[in-house]
Parts: sequence; C-alpha cells; structure tokens
Amino acid sequence: MIAIIDYKAGNLTSVQRALASIGRDSVITASPSEVLAAERIIFPGVGAAGTAMFDLMRLKLDRALVKAFGRGTPILGICLGTQIVMERSEENHTRCLGLIKGEVLRFPENIAEPGGGKLKVPHMGWNRVNLKRKHPVFDGIDPRSEFYFVHSYYPGPREALNLLGETLHGITFASVLASSNLVAVQFHPEKSGRPGLRLLSNFCGWDGNDHA
Amino acid sequence: MLSKRIIPCLDVRDGKLTKGIKFKGNVDIGDPVEMAAFYYEEGADELVFYDITASYERRDIMIETVRKVAERIFIPFSVGGGIRTVEDMRLVLLAGAEKVSINSSAIRKPGLIAEGATAFGSQAIVLGMDVKRVSPSQKIPSGYEMVIDGGRTFTGLDALAWAREGERLGAGEICLNSIDADGTQQGYELRLTERIATNVNIPVIASGGAGALEHIHHVFTQGKADAALIASITHYGTHSIREIKSYLHEKGIKVRMTW
Repeated sequence: MIAIIDYKAGNLTSVQRALASIGRDSVITASPSEVLAAERIIFPGVGAAGTAMFDLMRLKLDRALVKAFGRGTPILGICLGTQIVMERSEENHTRCLGLIKGEVLRFPENIAEPGGGKLKVPHMGWNRVNLKRKHPVFDGIDPRSEFYFVHSYYPGPREALNLLGETLHGITFASVLASSNLVAVQFHPEKSGRPGLRLLSNFCGWDGNDHA
Repeated sequence: MLSKRIIPCLDVRDGKLTKGIKFKGNVDIGDPVEMAAFYYEEGADELVFYDITASYERRDIMIETVRKVAERIFIPFSVGGGIRTVEDMRLVLLAGAEKVSINSSAIRKPGLIAEGATAFGSQAIVLGMDVKRVSPSQKIPSGYEMVIDGGRTFTGLDALAWAREGERLGAGEICLNSIDADGTQQGYELRLTERIATNVNIPVIASGGAGALEHIHHVFTQGKADAALIASITHYGTHSIREIKSYLHEKGIKVRMTW
C-alpha cells in the first residue's frame, strides 16, 4: 500500500486521484503505524514550514518518517514535503527532519530574467528540470518536459550527491533531491500532466535503490 | 525559466458549456468534462472554469462537474463564479480545483480574499477583475474602473488601486478581464494589461479579446502578461493549442512544448 501522509497541509486528494488514474491504490493517513507499515510513502504538502513541522511532531509523524527512511522504504517528497526533509528552513526559522543535509532558503528579492525583466515570487507555473544524473524515478521522461511549480522557498542541499535536478528562476536552484531511498521534488507531479504521472508511476515501481 | 501559460476558459451554466459574447447570447457548445479532457490532451497549461449558473441553489451541479474534471485532468484548474464564502471555496477546492477565483464577492467583501488566503494559501486565491475603460478622473486615475455583475454595475474603484489592494490582501494571482475587449476577438487590452502586470508582484492572466495568434504574442511582449486566457479562438476551432504554442515558440516566447 502507498501511504500519503496527512498532516493537514493542503489538498491531498489530488495526489490520490493522480495515483488512481495510473491504477494505484493509496491511503491518506495521519497514523504513524500505518506510515511505518506502508510499502512506499508520499510526503506532500502546501503551506508554511513552521506549521507543517508543528503538526508532524504533534502527530508523531516526524519520527515515523525518519524511521521509515532508515528502513529503506521508498519515499517521495512533494513541494513543502521536499523542504521538510532538509535540516532547517528559513521560513519561520524551522528545524526540519534532517534526512538531507542543507537549508531551505527564500528566493532573493529583485531576481530578474536574462533579458532584465523582473521575476515574480512565488515561482509559479511550468518550468524545466535539468537532471544532473540518471535516476529510476525519471526513467522515460523527456528531458524537455516541464513541471508545475508553486513556491517561494527552495531547498539548498549541502552535498552534490543529493542534487538530482536543477531549475532556473532568476537563480539556479535545486528542484529535485535524492538520497538513497528518498526522492524529493519541489514541483507538483500530480499537476504536471503526463510527465508528472510518469514520475508517479516510476516511483510506484521503484525498489528504492538510487544506483548513484 | 517559467513558460508563458495558455489557459482556455470554459463558461459553464447548469453543468453545460457555453461561450458568451460580451456576456450576451450564450450558445451551448458541449460538455465541460469532455472539453477539459480535450484541452488537457492538447497541451493547455491550465484551465479556468467560470460558473455562470444563475441560481445559487444549483451550485452542487458545478461541484459535481469539478469532481469529474479532477478525475480526468492532471494540470491546475481554477473555478470562479458564485463563490461568496470561505465554505464555497472549500467545497470547490476539495472537489479537486487547484484555485478559486473571486470577483464581485471580493469587491463586496474584500475580507474574503484574506480569509481565503489564510485558510488555503495565497496560491489558491485568484482575484478576478472585470474592468471597463472610463475617462481618467480623480477617483479613477488609471482610466480603468472595476465593474461587477457581468459588467452592468460600476463600482467607483480604480482598477490599478484594486489590483494592488488585492495583492496586499493575499491574492496569489490576478485574472484581468477587459469587458471592452471581451468577445470582440480584436485583441487584448494591452495598455491595461501592461499597467497592472508591471505594478503588482503576483502573476497576471490577461483575458478578453484573443482572436488571432498575434494578439496572444502581443499580450506577452507588450502587455507583460504571465498567462493568456483564451476562449473563442480555440472553442470554435480557429486554432489549436499546439498551433498557438508553435507560433509563440517561433516568435521567441518561452512556452511548454512537450506534454
């Protein structure tokens, strides 16, 4: 069973519906034991880091996630979930799960496109991902594919090995992270059309081995 | 680098698709769920549904439509029309929409923008603006006035001031519709679009007037829009989404070409 972690951070039914469209059953759960029993885990989220960590700790889901990660359960982080796997976030000065070393930073003010036009924050809309290396979760996805983003903060992994993909929005930021059985994407695969569904489908078939 | 978004707009009444010309003489052209699936496959970047169902009591029909659409398409879509309370927003978002758009109700009760942003996040709240050109005055210095009730009622609010206020209250995006250009297919209101887009820090979707490929090109280059709402140009088969995107791509506009 695929567990979609429910910590009151955003609309989880869209992830569940996307999984259903590719023939995968999932359960939306806030139960640590159900998370630990799951064959794989999706860790989504929309909202602010501070509230999210507070709710995860209150529901004891923080410890369940760390434990599941240690056990080798395949985990997919999405959007805020991707930021929460880092050590800490600039947003509300939040201490996070620390599954990947590094901090979550806010886009700087006054970022501009190469032509000089002012760029807006949040980074919202469709953008590309430049993969730094191969990964099973991106198998068969056209490198020109674009994904749907909505965020004002981005993860800054400290170690190059954890940087799987980069995206340009005024600055080049880490949009995909990987660490053994964890893959974390800053975009929303459930809202990214066919390439997004392909990514979810790849994740559902992934054994959790990074091959890095 | 972000792609400029192409967003078909589907007007829905009593669960069926319509397309109004200047909000008058709506003609039925089909099933919104099938049309949404069609545009999804064709490469639309996002969809907008506008519910023009007259009776508030029949809103459950729209919720059912939203639910069916959400099972078929996996790109963001927003729903506007008749959303008056945070509870209305919740129903639409839970049914599977990514965003809700509020228009007249935000003008009648500006607190609704802030309430919605607090409850669901700014990214879920689109401020819909219906705008008419007027003579610039002390009250309307930009020469663009906010109108409501489908363009029938003038509000005395300056469009530029209202856009800034909407951003301050927590709107995550603006959908800017020119009533003068809507349905004419003579091109977007470029001056209005540019004024608003360069004076707020949230994305602006230009709406009203797209009838030819160059109109869409101009709304990005001259209007500085982040996204273009389209209706008649694709609904009646004049151009496909792929044709629109290929044209823009050749003109050097960054659009999503792989889907």
